[in-house]
Amino acid sequence: MRLPDSVRHAWAIAAKDLLVEFRSRTGILSAGVFVVLVLMVFNFGRDPTAVSNIVLAPSILWVTFTFAAILALNRAFQLELENQALDGLLLAPIERGSIYLGKLVANLLFVASVEVLGVPLVALFFNVEVWAHIGTLAGIIVLATIGFVSIGTLFSAMTVRTRFAELLLPVVLLPFMILPLMWATLATTSVFADRPLNEIAGWLKMLAGYDIVFVVVSLLLFPATVNE
Amino acid sequence: MLRAEGLTHRFGSVTALDGVSFSVQPGQTLAVFGPNGAGKTTLLRVLAGLIRPQHGRAHVDGGRRAIGWIGHQPQLYGQLTVRENLRFWASLYDVVVPGDLLSRLGLSEHADRPVRALSRGLVQRVAIARALVHDPAVLLLDEPFTGLDRTAAEALSRVLGDVMGRGGVSVLVTHNVEEGTGLATDVAFMRGGRFVHFAPRGSRGAQQVAEEYRHAIA
Amino acid sequence: MRLLRAGRWITGIALVLLAGVYVRALAYTPVERAQGLAQKIFYLHVPAAIWAEGAMILVGVASIVYLFLKDPRLDRFAHASAEVGTVFAVLMLTTGPIWGKPIWGTWWTWDARLTLALFLFLLYVGYLLLRGAVADPASRARFAAVLGICGMILVPFVHLSVYMFRTLHPMPIVLKPSEPSLPGSMLTTWLMSVGVFTLLYVGFVIQRYALSYLNEQLEAAGGIP
Repeated sequence: MRLPDSVRHAWAIAAKDLLVEFRSRTGILSAGVFVVLVLMVFNFGRDPTAVSNIVLAPSILWVTFTFAAILALNRAFQLELENQALDGLLLAPIERGSIYLGKLVANLLFVASVEVLGVPLVALFFNVEVWAHIGTLAGIIVLATIGFVSIGTLFSAMTVRTRFAELLLPVVLLPFMILPLMWATLATTSVFADRPLNEIAGWLKMLAGYDIVFVVVSLLLFPATVNE
Repeated sequence: MLRAEGLTHRFGSVTALDGVSFSVQPGQTLAVFGPNGAGKTTLLRVLAGLIRPQHGRAHVDGGRRAIGWIGHQPQLYGQLTVRENLRFWASLYDVVVPGDLLSRLGLSEHADRPVRALSRGLVQRVAIARALVHDPAVLLLDEPFTGLDRTAAEALSRVLGDVMGRGGVSVLVTHNVEEGTGLATDVAFMRGGRFVHFAPRGSRGAQQVAEEYRHAIA
Repeated sequence: MRLLRAGRWITGIALVLLAGVYVRALAYTPVERAQGLAQKIFYLHVPAAIWAEGAMILVGVASIVYLFLKDPRLDRFAHASAEVGTVFAVLMLTTGPIWGKPIWGTWWTWDARLTLALFLFLLYVGYLLLRGAVADPASRARFAAVLGICGMILVPFVHLSVYMFRTLHPMPIVLKPSEPSLPGSMLTTWLMSVGVFTLLYVGFVIQRYALSYLNEQLEAAGGIP
């Protein structure tokens, strides 16, 4: 069965981004180092009697994932500006939406690789039970990540050409990150505290709804960010 | 084959295009000469479909699939090899890289080197290869001679000759009248967003056209 | 210029009326039984909240229409609405805690209105910063429109979130900073206040719009010699 053109093109763009990242490796290494650093600092700095691991660990987890996401987002369109490759993408007979989807997939995979590293480390350093609920945890992580990366990919297409691009993106993205992060942190806390699934269901539904709405909106609005 | 009708476009208070109309027939190469800020790049971007003009229309037979763009930016990914770059761009046009493309441009031995490791002249030839990977019938060239070395300049001339010979169309914009005239079948001068001259080159040589250009633009 | 003058008049009248509503709320409206004096902020806070949010919705709507029609007037309006919305949001964020501290004992509470005001403030700041960072007017208008639409879509999620949060963490009745159902004279005061704030919004937006327009004219003519 042949995939529709737009999907194939999107995948070609995503694969290209991943290949470029794999060749240079700077992004993934900085994100990885940051994760380990933050976890170690918080591990040494905490007072187990003051704040329980179950309360602290989710916040640390999501801070590190957010940072990794911002890093990925800043780089995504920067790549296209370097040799004016973005023009090439716009000249090609492909849907604008394919460019967005390709970038989105590449960003998600980048952040996912950081998350795959971060979860076991958090479990290790903070002594929280992760494996038993790994399915639920994975679901929360997937949904929340899609939430802010989808909007972030849209916004990064705009901010990349402004003067303080790396500063402007997080500022503009902030109000859109608060909600998914809040739901994800609350849900993660429940998971670590071994709460039953139906308590977490509400957060997951909000996350899913948020994702659907903003992926669709971003897809629809993306052409406006690149067409003149 | 390529037609512009009343193209008008403003950036803020600056009028980049002011009612430009012309057409280019198969087998013709139009050279548009003009000083910086005359609107040449904007014209080309409108023809390519990168800008939607505020008024007027541009039409290119075959649409985006038929257009190849050669500018002063290579539109390549430095971390990828020559072959990987060509394959990527080819996939966006749903074609495979033509078997002889690399050899035609003398790039065969560099095919698996990353683009950022190549000299500037080589990069320019790779950029030309990228523009040709989908066998475009229409070539749009934006200051293509800037900083070209001799091998690349020769390759470019050959490519333009090829396209013309196969009944394709090229539009070349530059401020370098001497270099552009030799390749052109038709010549236009552009100033303030308008064509102030548009005629077949005829038997005029580069010097003559350059003289007329200086008079027209002065 | 005429527009600017009209805007100034409307704003002037609105400010006078605002003072009038304030006096009426304090002196001539009965004190609410359960919350006492604290409840009176509601006459000013809620209309401000309505317009802080309303301004964002209008930015979103104007942005959607702009992306279809590309009319610069819509962009100018969106910009004006965003700036006025910022003022109302800041107003809420400053008066809220100042009023709240003596009554509730804390500077901040995650109640519906304050939380929404915070989100709106962050959205507006992002919107204005983005506008400031883009040089080309056409790109600026397009980018602002994209952000404006996303902001408008975020608002219902904030409402939903606050509602969920409240059902999970019910607040003590005594400290509940929400609106009671309104009998007669209170309703009148409240409606008057909403009307005044509407007028205030209109006056401010007209002025800001006119200033934008004059500014553009000035720049087109080559700036101040």
